[in-house]
Parts: sequence; structure tokens; C-alpha cells
Amino acid sequence: MGTETPTQTGAEITGGGAAAGDNAANRRARRILFGCAAITVLTTLAIFFVLLDNAASYFFGAKFTEMTRGASFEQTVTFTEFFTGQRWAPDHARPAHGILPIVFGTLAITVGAAFVAIPIGTATAIYLSEYASPGIRSKLKPMLEILAGIPTIVYGYFAIAFINPVLLSGLAAYVLNPLGNGLLQVGSALPGTMGDSLTSIATSMIGINVGRYSLLSGILVVGIMTIPMVSSISEDAMSAVPDDLRNGAYALGATKFNVSTRIVLPASISGVFASYILAVSRAIGETMAVTLAAGFNANITTNPFDEIMTMTAYMVSMARGTSAVGTVEYQSLFAVGLVLFVMTLVMNLLNDAFKRRFQEEYQ
Amino acid sequence: MPTQETETQQADDQLITTDIQHAESTRREQPDQTVLEARDLDVFYGEDQALRSVDIEIPEHKVTAIIGPSGCGKSTFLRCINRMNDMIDVCRVQGELTFRSKNVYDEDVDPVALRRKIGQVFQKPNPFPKSIRDNVTYGLEVQGKSATDDDVERALRGAALWDEVKDQLDSSGLDLSGGQQQRLCIARAIAPDPEVILMDEPTSGLDPVAASKIEDLIDELVEDYTVVIVTHNMQQAARISDKTAVFLTGGNLVEFDDTASVFEDPEDDRVEDYITGKFG
Repeated sequence: MGTETPTQTGAEITGGGAAAGDNAANRRARRILFGCAAITVLTTLAIFFVLLDNAASYFFGAKFTEMTRGASFEQTVTFTEFFTGQRWAPDHARPAHGILPIVFGTLAITVGAAFVAIPIGTATAIYLSEYASPGIRSKLKPMLEILAGIPTIVYGYFAIAFINPVLLSGLAAYVLNPLGNGLLQVGSALPGTMGDSLTSIATSMIGINVGRYSLLSGILVVGIMTIPMVSSISEDAMSAVPDDLRNGAYALGATKFNVSTRIVLPASISGVFASYILAVSRAIGETMAVTLAAGFNANITTNPFDEIMTMTAYMVSMARGTSAVGTVEYQSLFAVGLVLFVMTLVMNLLNDAFKRRFQEEYQ
Repeated sequence: MPTQETETQQADDQLITTDIQHAESTRREQPDQTVLEARDLDVFYGEDQALRSVDIEIPEHKVTAIIGPSGCGKSTFLRCINRMNDMIDVCRVQGELTFRSKNVYDEDVDPVALRRKIGQVFQKPNPFPKSIRDNVTYGLEVQGKSATDDDVERALRGAALWDEVKDQLDSSGLDLSGGQQQRLCIARAIAPDPEVILMDEPTSGLDPVAASKIEDLIDELVEDYTVVIVTHNMQQAARISDKTAVFLTGGNLVEFDDTASVFEDPEDDRVEDYITGKFG
């Protein structure tokens, strides 16, 4: 435009004083941000190290850190006993160190809760994303988020005050016990093995008696707790499916149910799976609610009305201060913690693997 | 300056005329039978009126092009036909729109059943994130019919895609190029054998070569189906359509006639201005 354009040189882009200052600021910002990110990584490593070190003293009588300073070590608990023993009572007069009963407790709660949370959570997500009018969605979503925000100890008291004494005791006293009585009469009238097996089923139904804690109560309360996690994350994933796909399906004469289950669900499957895995991880690590709902009796059982103990419940009961630092039962906390850590780590790795796999497929 | 403009315009007219002659020579002469008919059709989005008193009769086994400037209600009209506007809460339809003499807005009409008779191809290719085969069979499946390999082959041949994908039927529909994806969407639409295929600017996102393949395909599709196509491209309308409807801003259908008459001798001055590029 102007006639007096200054002579163009490369001076403006070769840097000089100002740009050098910017670069220094850039490097500082980068270091600060990296430092923040490093805190979480270092904490994880530290936790893992503390668990490993203390667990070593459970198995070998001395921590790794003590061994390097020349502490003698002797095998106090064998791995065979730890991983295959069927009785868990490190604090007992006759101690037993088989972790299976409390691993069973944790897995039974986790699998059971998944059977509660995954169908209900997925159905809720489909309803919110595909069926609900905007008005209903705007009311229902915050309510689900409130459910997710209730402290877990409150869920625990809900189990202790309602699920066990009212819901499950009622189920046992008014449904299962009378039904058992009825079946007993049928069973005694029937001849042969069929009558015998019916009689034994009937007897076990009559014998159902809900104590203060039960496995089923733990399953229900953890299942309910994790529903919002499944529904909220799944709904986000489903809402992200482009409307183009829905329109394409509707234009072919698909029903809403068909579009939801055959188009939207498969297209959002990576997010939906991620929500399942997060919910399962949460169920594995869940502590307060499950302790109050399912109890402290480590045993492997198929009766959902029995009291059981999860790994976290054991850790809570041991950490209440009854065990002295340095004792075997104190050290056992870290061994159990390490196993729990590995279990959740596996779930997280699974989550990443699923995400990668399905992102490729549905991009 | 004015002379120059007239010359360009004449050249354009010539081009369009040639295209029309081509289209007519390749089409068999058939008596017109009306498949879709609108009578005094008004459409509102909340307070805004998108279509005003539209009257139109769409003939069977012909290509009917709908042209007009942006926001004139072309796509709205298309969505009315298969009731895709049911998804829009604020949309309200008045008047009559009949398919085979049955008003599609009657109480007893099931939009799901209607859409199985009237397929649609969208502006942006939207194959499902599934295999090519599953894309094609989806329309049959939702009707509870099992799809055979023959059905898949017939639909893909019908969409002129078979030779390009016959060895990769199980790979994802999303791995195809844009033009192939759009032809896959056409295959998906014709697999359940509808009577009418609605196309909403099906070539606007494609390169010229891919677009011309789709145009050739439409020429073949009209042997078996009735095609209604919304397009922004007037040369395309002139090349491929038998009938042309011109909507102008405000949702008025101002001209509807044989494509040749619309382009060569439009009755309405505004249409003349629009198709010669004076506005729009």
C-alpha cells in the first residue's frame, strides 16, 4: 500500500532479546507443569514401594530395606499357604494365612455388583440418551449425580438399617421360609431321589436366616452405588454418537429400540466398556459400605445370606488399632493391600486395552 | 460488460439444453403416475413457517429435482415425505401429503412402516461403523427379514459398488472413500427395496468424479425407483432430472414442471433470475 515500505530484512524473525525472554518463560512453565504431573507418578511409585517393602516383612520376617542393612530373614508365611490356604485368620491364636476367603469375598461382591450395576446402568443410559425428553433428562441426570455423590459410609448405614434388617430379613421370613415349608411337604410326598433333593433344597430355604450382615446386602449396596458411574459415563458416550448415524437408521425404518441397541450402543461401546471397568474397579476397592453391609467373617460360601469378609473389610478391621505395629497381623495388611493393588491395576490395564481396541474399530 | 454476461449466459443455457436432451433420450417414455402428492402443505418450526401452501405431484419412475436458494425449505420438504421431521419437536405440519393416495400424516400411519417404503440418502455419507455387509443388511434386518448374500450383492451392484468391494465385504464401511461411502449408503437404502428414494444433496460433499458416478447411478436407479433429489447444483438438476421444482425463499414452491421447460422457459421471472445465477 504505502510507498515508503521499509527495507525488508530478516531481522524481525531472527529473535533477539525479547524472544529469548519468552523462551525462558516457556521453559519455566514447562518445568512447573511437568512437576505437577510427576507428583502423581511419584506417589504411585511410593505407595507401591511401601506396600512391597512391608509385604516382604510379612512373608520373610524382614523388610527389603532392613535386609540390605543385614537383617536375617526367615520365611514366616509361605506363598503356597498364602495363595492356596482356605482359612484367613492372621490375628487368631492359631493363625492361618490363606488369602482365598477374602479374595473370594471381594470377587463375589464385585461380580454380583456388576450384575446389578451393568444392566441397570446401561438401561438408564439408553433411556437418558435415546428415549427421555430433554425436560426429563435435565431432571434425572442431576439426581443420578447426587446418588454418585453420597458418601459411601452413608450407603453402609443404609445397608445396616434397611437392606439387611428390612428387605432381606423380610424376604427370608415372608417369602423363602414359607416357600421352603411348602416345598418340604411336596418333597416328602414325592418318592425317590427327586423327593430327596427337593427336601434338601426346602430344608436349606427354611434354614435361611439373615444376620446383621450378608453377602447379598453387600452386592446390592455396591451395585446401587456403581449404577450412576455406569449410567453417567455410558450416557456421555452415547450422546457423543453423531445424529447422522441415528438418522440413517431411522430413515431405513428402524425402531427406537433398534437404533439404541444396534447403532448407538455398538458405536459407543468403548465408552460403555470403560464405564463398566471403572465400576468394577470401584467395586473391588470399595471399603466402608461393603464392610458395614457384608461383615467380617472370612469364609467361602455359596449362600448369599451368609456373612463374608472382603479384602478391604479385613484391612479396615485390622487398621482400627487392635494390632500392634510390627506384628504379623499388622504386616498382613500390606500383603493384602498389595494383592488389591495388583487387582485394580489389572482392571486399569484392561480398560486401556479395551479403549485402544475399540477406538481403532469405531473411529 | 453486459455483452460479456449475456454470452456466458448463452453458453450456460446451451450446456443445460444439451444436458436435458441427453437426459430425455436415455429415459423411456412412460405415462406419469403420481406417487407422492402434496396439497396445501404448510410446515412450521415453532413460529417460523418453513413451507407455504405447497402443491406438487411427484411422478413414478422419474427423477424429480428440488432446487432453490439456501433456507427455502427444500430439505424440509424432503424430511416431510418420510416423516423424518417427527424427530424435531417444534415441527408442525398442516395440509395433506399423500403417498399412494394415503395421507402420511393420518393418525393410523406408522412412520416406521412409511420409512421402509421411502428410503433416504443424506448429504454427508453416513455409513454405520459396521462392516460393508452389515451396512447393507441393516435395513432388511430391522424389518425382521434375513438377508442373503444375494441380497447384499444385488444392492451393491445396484449402487455400482460391487466390483470395488466384493473382496472386502467384512471390512468396515468407514474404510471406504467418500464417494464409495455415499454409494454404500445408496446400497443400504435400496437393499430393502423401497419405492421412493429421497436424496438430500447427495453429491455436495464429493469430488467431481465421485459426484458424476452418483449421477450416472441415479440414471439407473430411476428404472426401478422414484427418485426425489434436493440439489444446489443447477447443472446437476438439468442433467439428471425429468421434473424440476423450484422453491424460493419463504418456503414457496414457485415453479414445478418438466425440467426442460423450467430451464428453457420458466414462467416466473424470479425463477429465471435464480437459474441464470442472478441471485441465490
